[in-house]
Order: sequence, then C-alpha cells, then structure tokens
Amino acid sequence: MDPKPTTIAVEGIAKSFKGTPVLRDINLEIRAGELLALLGPSGSGKTTLLRIIAGLESPDSGRITFSGADTTRVPVQKREVGFVFQHYALFKHMTVADNIAYGLNARRRADRPARNEIAKRARDLLDLIKLEKFADHYPAQLSGGQRQRVALARALAVEPRVLLLDEPFGALDAQVRKDLRRWLRDIHQRTGQTTIFVTHDQEEALELSDRVAVLHAGRLEQVGTPIEVQDDPASVAVLRFLGDALDVAAEVRQHRLLVNDRFVLVDVATRGDGPTRLHVRPWQFDLTSLEDAHVHGTVTSVYRAQGRAHVTIERPGGAVFTIDTAQAAMPRIDERVGLRIVGGHLFD
Amino acid sequence: MSEINATDIGLPTLRAASVVTERRPVRIALIAVAVAFLLLFLVLPVAAVFQQAFAKGLGAYFESFADADALAAIELTVLVAAIAVPFNLVFGIAASWAVAKFEFTGKALFVTLIDLPFSVSPVVAGLIYILLFGSQGYLAPLTQSLDLQIVFAVPGIVLATIFVTFPLVARQLIPLMQEQGIGDEEAALTLGASGFHVFRTVTLPNIKWGLLYSVLLCNARAMGEFGAVSVVSGHIRGLTDTVPLHVEILYNEYNFVAAFAVASLLAGLALVTLVIKSLLEWRYADGLAASARH
Repeated sequence: MDPKPTTIAVEGIAKSFKGTPVLRDINLEIRAGELLALLGPSGSGKTTLLRIIAGLESPDSGRITFSGADTTRVPVQKREVGFVFQHYALFKHMTVADNIAYGLNARRRADRPARNEIAKRARDLLDLIKLEKFADHYPAQLSGGQRQRVALARALAVEPRVLLLDEPFGALDAQVRKDLRRWLRDIHQRTGQTTIFVTHDQEEALELSDRVAVLHAGRLEQVGTPIEVQDDPASVAVLRFLGDALDVAAEVRQHRLLVNDRFVLVDVATRGDGPTRLHVRPWQFDLTSLEDAHVHGTVTSVYRAQGRAHVTIERPGGAVFTIDTAQAAMPRIDERVGLRIVGGHLFD
Repeated sequence: MSEINATDIGLPTLRAASVVTERRPVRIALIAVAVAFLLLFLVLPVAAVFQQAFAKGLGAYFESFADADALAAIELTVLVAAIAVPFNLVFGIAASWAVAKFEFTGKALFVTLIDLPFSVSPVVAGLIYILLFGSQGYLAPLTQSLDLQIVFAVPGIVLATIFVTFPLVARQLIPLMQEQGIGDEEAALTLGASGFHVFRTVTLPNIKWGLLYSVLLCNARAMGEFGAVSVVSGHIRGLTDTVPLHVEILYNEYNFVAAFAVASLLAGLALVTLVIKSLLEWRYADGLAASARH
C-alpha cells in the first residue's frame, strides 16, 4: 500500500517501570518492508519495546526514528502505526464494518474520505480478510481467529506506515494459529509493509519472519535471520530460548575439544586451552557403546514419533534429559547407554 | 419400598444436581425465616405507606398534592436533584476515568476520599456546611460580602445533597472501567482518533449501562435525602422544604393521610428505580457477558 516502506531505527532505548528496568540500551534497525519478529520469554521487554515504537509508552532515554525522522515525541495518534492487540480490542458496540472504518471516520473533516469511499475501503478490506459476509456482525458473533482478522483490517484501513502486532496469535488455538500465520505472511507479501510482531513462540518467529530479534531480560541478545539465530546463537540465553540443550563439561586442549577425554568434532581453532561448557541440542547425540561414550546414563523412557526416537536418559548425579535421534535401534528402559556428541555450541 | 422410590423420583433432578447437603426441613425452615424477614421489614412497611396514603380514599390522597406547600416541596426536590445529579455525573465520570485509566501518585487516597460521604453520618455532612457557611461560619464573611445566602436556603440544600450523593456514580464506574482496561482506548488512539473522540465513541458506549444505573441510584438518593438536608434547610415551609422534610412536618402535625400520600411519592420513586435497575442489570449482565466472551 505504502509506496515507500518505512525504515525504523531504535537507538539506545531504555525504560524502567517503578525502578525496575525492563529495557536496557536497545539498538535495532528494522529495514524497509521487512517482517521482523521480536522474540523472547515473558518479561523480556518485547511488548514494551513494541509499545514504545507505537507511541503507547514513552522511553526513559533513547530515540525512535521513522525513515530518518525523529518520532520519539510524536503522539501515538500522529505516528501512523497500525497496531494489533493480543486480545483484539475490537469495539464491541460497533459492527465489523464500523470497526474497520473507525480510523477513517475519526479523522478531521478536512482529511476524511467521502462516506462512500470509506464504505468501499471497508468492503475491500473485508474482501482481503475473507469476511465479506460478516460486515454487519458484531465482534461477539465472531470466532477468535475472525476477530483477529478484523483487528488487522482495522489497522490496515488507515494505511499505516508500519504494522505492529503484539502477540497477535497468542489467544488462539493451535490450528487457527497456523492458518493465520500463513495468512499474515501472504498479506505481508502483498502489501510489502514494514511489520514487527511480538511473540514468545520460537516456531512462529522462525517460520514467519525475515529476521528475528531475540530479547532476554531487557537486553537485545541477537538479531539475525531465523537460520543465523538457530545455527549460531549469540548467547546461552538465545540458545536456551530457541530450544532444549544439555550443557556438559568440556575441555579445550591444543585446539581440540574433549569431553570425557574423548574428541568432539566442534571447531575450537581460535580458543585457548582450558575448561569450558559445551551446549548440545537433543539431536546432536548419537547412541553408542559405553566404551565410546562422551556421556552415559540410564534410559528412563522411550518413544518413537514421526520417524524420530525420543530417549530420556538420567545421568549419574540425577540430571534428566531427552535426546532426539533418527537411529533405528531403540534402547530398553533401565538399560545403561552411551552417547556420542556430534555437535554443539560454545560460548564465552 | 414403593414409598421410598416415590420420594426418590419426586426430586430426582434436584437431588442429583444440587450440592446442598442440608435436609429438607432445615432448608424449608431457613427459607421461611428469610421470607418472613423480607415480609416484616421490607414489604410490610412499603405496603403500610400506601395503605395509610389511601386510608381516606383517592380524593383525600390527591388533595394532599393540591396544597401549595406540598407542591413547593416537590418542585424544590426536583430542582435539587436536577442540579446534584448532573454535577455528580460529570464528577463521577471524570473521577473514574482518572482512576481506571491512569496511574498517578495519591490514587489510593483519592479513592478513599471519594468514599468519605458514605462513612460520614448525613447529619455531620449537614453540620459541615453550617460550620462553613452559617452566620458564624468560616466562610461567612465571604458569603455576606457577596450577599449570598447558603444555609437555610436552596444553595445549602444543593450542596448537602451533592455531598451525600458524591460517591454513587464514581463507585459504580470505577470497577467497571478498571475491568474493561484501556485496550479499546489504545486501539482507538493508534487509529488516529483524538482524546475526546475516543471518549465519545469508545469509552462512553462501553459504560453506558453502568452509567444509567448509577444515575438512577444517585437520583433516588438525591430526592430521598433527609439527614444532611434537614440540618441545612431551616424548614421554611414552601421555601426550603424538600419532599422528605415535608413528610416529617405533616406527620408531626398528625396529618397522616397527607404525610403518607407525599411519602408514597418517594416510595413509588424507589419502586420505579428498583424496577428499572433490575431491567438494566439484566441488560447490563448480558452486555458484560458478551464482552467477556472471547
């Protein structure tokens, strides 16, 4: 819709609530036309950052620019952002069509399109969200997924410069989430609008976004493509948030990584000698004989699903973890097994 | 055997669905006590008012309202309510808007202060105004220099009524607005609407049922207030007598039919308020349920 998509720059943004810092020195650039996911656990500050970009909160320090122009002090009404809330925030007493037309009707007379033009825009958007037949329904008569589509249409109706979505699928059930994800991707491809969405669901972020910004405890841990953050997590926090990992004691000796005095094929060419921790994903283990093992333990449960075996193992000392392997041979419960590590991540 | 079966079948669904463990006689006794109390303390007195009012027939009943002083009292009561209710409506909306939608220091104190008139005896409320505006009052020099008569005049009655009905609208709206949160308003703001437009098109429609309900209550209270008004009124017949005060005067003069006839107006107002309130609650509960559904 927007002929020239907007670039957003977040520069040194910090914010605390009642003395508790929720965002610390956030620097982030959102490219024009990009679909960016703000990913993090609850309490990481991702929603606050989105609300600061929208103008619903003001930062304690730092600034926000839209295509180079400082918007830090621009009030929310003038920022031209489309905001979609987790709980839809549809106006209950208005029909679907009136909800969508709200932003246009709220304009001052001089800027307001003619009545039939507003009606046409609402109809076009109802087409876009495939709810043509629901123009005269009230929000209470719609399902959650339908309501969120109406909320998106309402945000798009004012032709915002950027689209901001706060956990847009958070209140929906799994199947509807998946449908809406694909649908949001489509809409984004069609409109080419700069879009930021907040989520705590890694899968959602990795599937939908062009780039992911991972927040943890108010800090921006990493920004990168979904592949980059998965293959090369910048910190333990990112690694842990993107999935399970077991960390095991390891040692670097003469540019070789050793676990339990056995060599592991992980690149440590640039590291000095000394002890370290190796973080291993569930699928970076292979079952092996006890003599060859990097780590070993006792099997406590086993199941197979979609071609993968999930084996839960209790290590001596009590730590329990589950590996995920394509190997066909399944160990028995209470069997002592050895595991070979075939990859992993090192930090510090 | 057959007897036992019959009683079992007699109350099958009730027994199955109910979590009440008390035996039947106990339940009946409890319900009977509650009903007896209701009859004795609520229904009977209201019925007595109407019975006394019509004791000497319809003619005597309507004659009571032909009296100039009675008419003046009714006029004054309507006037006082017509000033006090809109005033507290505006204040109530403003206060609950501030409390529910914004964070500010001293909020807890502010909410407590709103409640003050509920915890103060109406007589004390009236005396406050005597202390302030009476001939020996703190603000007497000011009112005298402006040639204003506050106590023992209509302004005093209005002030006392406003004081007494002060919390009604705010108390009703604050929890309602707090429950609704600020999501809808934020959505409207991001869509470019101005503050006033948001208030008119989003906030007000969201609270309309609660608002109407609270205005009704406020009105009933404003018209029926006795204690505070009695202190500041001065009981000047035809000038500063409101309906409740007029009832007292008539009663003290042993003019029972007239006293109860005028009282029946207030009782009628109460009944009408209750009926509308119930209708609204029914409507309002529906609306709330719809908005709570996701």
